[in-house]
Amino acid sequence: MYRILKKRSLNPTVTLMEIEAPFVARKARAGQFIILRADERGERIPLTVAGCNKETGAVTIIFQIVGGATMTLNALNEGECIADFVGPLGNPTEVEGIKKACVVGGGVGCAIALPVVRELHEMGCEVTSIVGFRNKDLVILEDEFRAASDKFVMMTDDGSYGEKGNVTVPLKRMLEAGETFDRVITIGPLVMMKFVALATKEYNIPTVASMNPIMIDGTGMCGGCRLTVGGETKFACVDGPDFDAHLIDYDEAMKRARTYAEFEAKAREKHCNLYKKEVK
Amino acid sequence: MSKFNMDPKKHPMPSQDPLVRNKNFKEVALGYDEETAVEEARRCLNCKNKPCVAGCPVNVAIPEFIALVAERKFEEAYQVIARTSSLPAVCGRVCPQETQCEGKCTRGIKGEPVGIGRLERFAADWHNSHATEAPIKPAPNGHKVAIVGSGPAGLTCAGDLAKLGYDVTVFEALHLAGGVLVYGIPEFRLPKAIVEKEVDNLKALGVKVMTDMVIGKVLTIDELKEEFGFEAVFLGTGAGLPRFMNIPGENAKGVFSANEYLTRSNLMKAYEEGSETPIFHAKKVAVVGGGNVAMDAARSAKRLGADVVYIVYRRSEAELPARREEVEHAKEEEIVFKLLTNPVEVLTDSDDNVVGLRCIEMELGEPDASGRRRPIEKKGSEFDMDVDCVIMALGTSPNPLLKKTTKGLDTKPRGEIVADENGKTSLEGVYAGGDAVTGAATVILAMGAGKTAAKAMDEYIRSKS
Repeated sequence: MYRILKKRSLNPTVTLMEIEAPFVARKARAGQFIILRADERGERIPLTVAGCNKETGAVTIIFQIVGGATMTLNALNEGECIADFVGPLGNPTEVEGIKKACVVGGGVGCAIALPVVRELHEMGCEVTSIVGFRNKDLVILEDEFRAASDKFVMMTDDGSYGEKGNVTVPLKRMLEAGETFDRVITIGPLVMMKFVALATKEYNIPTVASMNPIMIDGTGMCGGCRLTVGGETKFACVDGPDFDAHLIDYDEAMKRARTYAEFEAKAREKHCNLYKKEVK
Repeated sequence: MSKFNMDPKKHPMPSQDPLVRNKNFKEVALGYDEETAVEEARRCLNCKNKPCVAGCPVNVAIPEFIALVAERKFEEAYQVIARTSSLPAVCGRVCPQETQCEGKCTRGIKGEPVGIGRLERFAADWHNSHATEAPIKPAPNGHKVAIVGSGPAGLTCAGDLAKLGYDVTVFEALHLAGGVLVYGIPEFRLPKAIVEKEVDNLKALGVKVMTDMVIGKVLTIDELKEEFGFEAVFLGTGAGLPRFMNIPGENAKGVFSANEYLTRSNLMKAYEEGSETPIFHAKKVAVVGGGNVAMDAARSAKRLGADVVYIVYRRSEAELPARREEVEHAKEEEIVFKLLTNPVEVLTDSDDNVVGLRCIEMELGEPDASGRRRPIEKKGSEFDMDVDCVIMALGTSPNPLLKKTTKGLDTKPRGEIVADENGKTSLEGVYAGGDAVTGAATVILAMGAGKTAAKAMDEYIRSKS
C-alpha cells in the first residue's frame, strides 16, 4: 500500500498527489512514468512522473479526471492509501548536451513538461516554455513554469488569459523571427504535438514528443501501447515514451487512443452525472 | 478382483457441458471424484522401467504416487508429488501430458495411457481441500537470495530454496504474484484461487513476495547484490514483447496481442460485471496462431460474448502446438478452425476499425528447420473473412528491460538470456530459467529450470561460505 502524503486540486478536473513510494523516488527521472491502481479492483493507470523527492520518498503525480478509474483515485484523500504504485517505467527524457530548448506543453501535459523544464533549467540550459490551456480556469503550475524558464508564453484557446490561440502560434512566430533551438520537447494532446512537429519540421529542429498511449503492464508485455514511428512499430513503454516527433504517425495514435472511448464514457456516467459534459 | 483395471480407455474427465461453459468463466474440467481416481489409478501397471518418470521434466515419482491413490492414501500420494513438484495443482491442469509422462506410458501402446495428469490434479486438490497443517518453516541458514519474476520458474526456484532454509524474496513487476499463471492462463483452465493457494504455501515457508517491483528499473541486479545483500539472484522474467505479423492494418482498433487481451480478461478481471478494466466485446473474432495461448484467447473471446470465433493457423491440424485437450475443448465450444490459412492484411474502415481479415490459403511443403512441414502460399487464393476483432497469438520475444540495465549479462541475438544447463548466466551469482532463457515454452519446463537453478544456487552459495 502506498500512502497519499499530499493532495491538491489544481483546477476542477486536474489533481496533484504526492505518493509515498521511496523505491520509485530513488530512481525516477523526468520523462519516466509510473502505473498505479487506486484500489484492489481498479484499472492500471499509467501517469508520467511530475516530480520526486529522494529524501522524503515522495513521488508527485498530476492527473486529469477522465474516466471511472481516475474518479476512484480522486475520491481518496491525504493519509489514505492506494493499492499499487509501480515504476519508474520507460526511458527518461534525453537532455544531455542541450544548451537551448523550447518546451511546449498543453493542458494536463504541462504537469509532465514541468519536470523536464526544471531539469533543463538546473543544468544551465536556456529554456523557453510555451504552455497552452483551453481557458483561464484550467491553467495549472504557472508560477512553477515561470520560476524555471528564461522565457515564458501563456496561451489560452479563448483568450481568457495570456495570449489567445494555440501553442503553435508563438512557436511559429519565434521560428519565423530566426530563433533556433537545440531541441523542442512537446508534451500534451496528440493533435497539439502533431502540429508542433509540423511547425519545427520546416526548420529542421530536432523535436521529441512524449507519448501516453493505452497500456496495461508498462514493461513490454501487452503491446497495447504500440505506435508507428518512422514506419516501424514501437512500444511506448520500453522504446519510449519519448519519440522523434517528426516520425510519429499521430493520426493512427489518435484513433488507437479512442479504442475504449465508449467504455470510458459509460464508466464516467456511472460514477457521476456531472462529468457527462465537463470532461473532454 | 484383479489387481489392475485393464480397461483400455482412461476414465473420462467430468466437465461442464461445452455449450454451457462457453458462456461462463468457471473451470471446464471438474476433476475426478475419489472412486474414479482409485479406479483410474488401478490402470497403472507399476512397470519396472517407469518410462513416465523419464518423461516428466521434474521427475515426479509417478507410479509411486499412483499406487498410493489406488490404496486411497490420498494425502501420502500428494506428499510424493510435492517432493519434486512445487505446483502440483497447476501441473495437473496445464502440463502437456500427452508429450510427456502420458506419452511414454506403457498402457498407451495398446489403448489410452493412464490419466496421470488427472490423478495428479486429484491428489493436489484433495490435499488443498483436506490439509489442515501449515507447512513447517525450515530453520534459516542465514543466506539471502532474490528471485526476479513470480511465474512458474520463479515460484519453483523460490520454493526449493526456502525449503533449504534460505531467506527468499520474490520480486514481481505486476500487482499480483503468479506471472503467466495469473495474467495468461484463463480462470476456466486454471482457477486463480489455486495459484493463490500455491503462493500462500510459499509464504508459509517464509518466502517474501514484493509486488510492483520492476527489476532493471526500480532496482538493478547490481543493487540487489551489492546494496541489499542478496548472495544469488534468479531471473525468471518470462517471455516478453508480443510478436506481430507486420502486415497492413495491424495497428487498427480491434487488433490486440493475445497478451493484452488475456491480461485484461484474466489479471484485470475485465470479464466480471462492474470491472473498471475495459475489454473489447467483439462479435466476430479471428485469433491468429495455434498454440495454447491462441486457444485461451479464442475460448475467452467466445465467453466474452462473440458469436463466432476463428482460429487462423498457417499449418494443418497435426502441427497445432497446443495441448491436444485444449484443441478438443475449443472445438467442443464451437471455435471454428481455419487451418492452412495465413493473414495478409487487416481490413479497416475509414475510422480504423477492423472490418475483416484478408487471408491466403497455404499448403505444406518440405519440412523446415523445426522439423514441421513448411507452409507455402497458394498463389491467387486470397479471401476475406468477416471479423471485427483480430487477436495475434504468435509468441513473444524476450523482454529487453533487464538486458538494457544489466552490464555483462549475455544474451542471444534475439534477446534470450544465455544460461548453461544449470541456469548459470555470464554474471557471477546470477542464474536464469524459463521463457526468459528458452523463449516461449511450457509451465513445466519453466518449473524444471527453476528447480535446476535452485540446486545450482545452493551449491554456489555453499561453495563460497
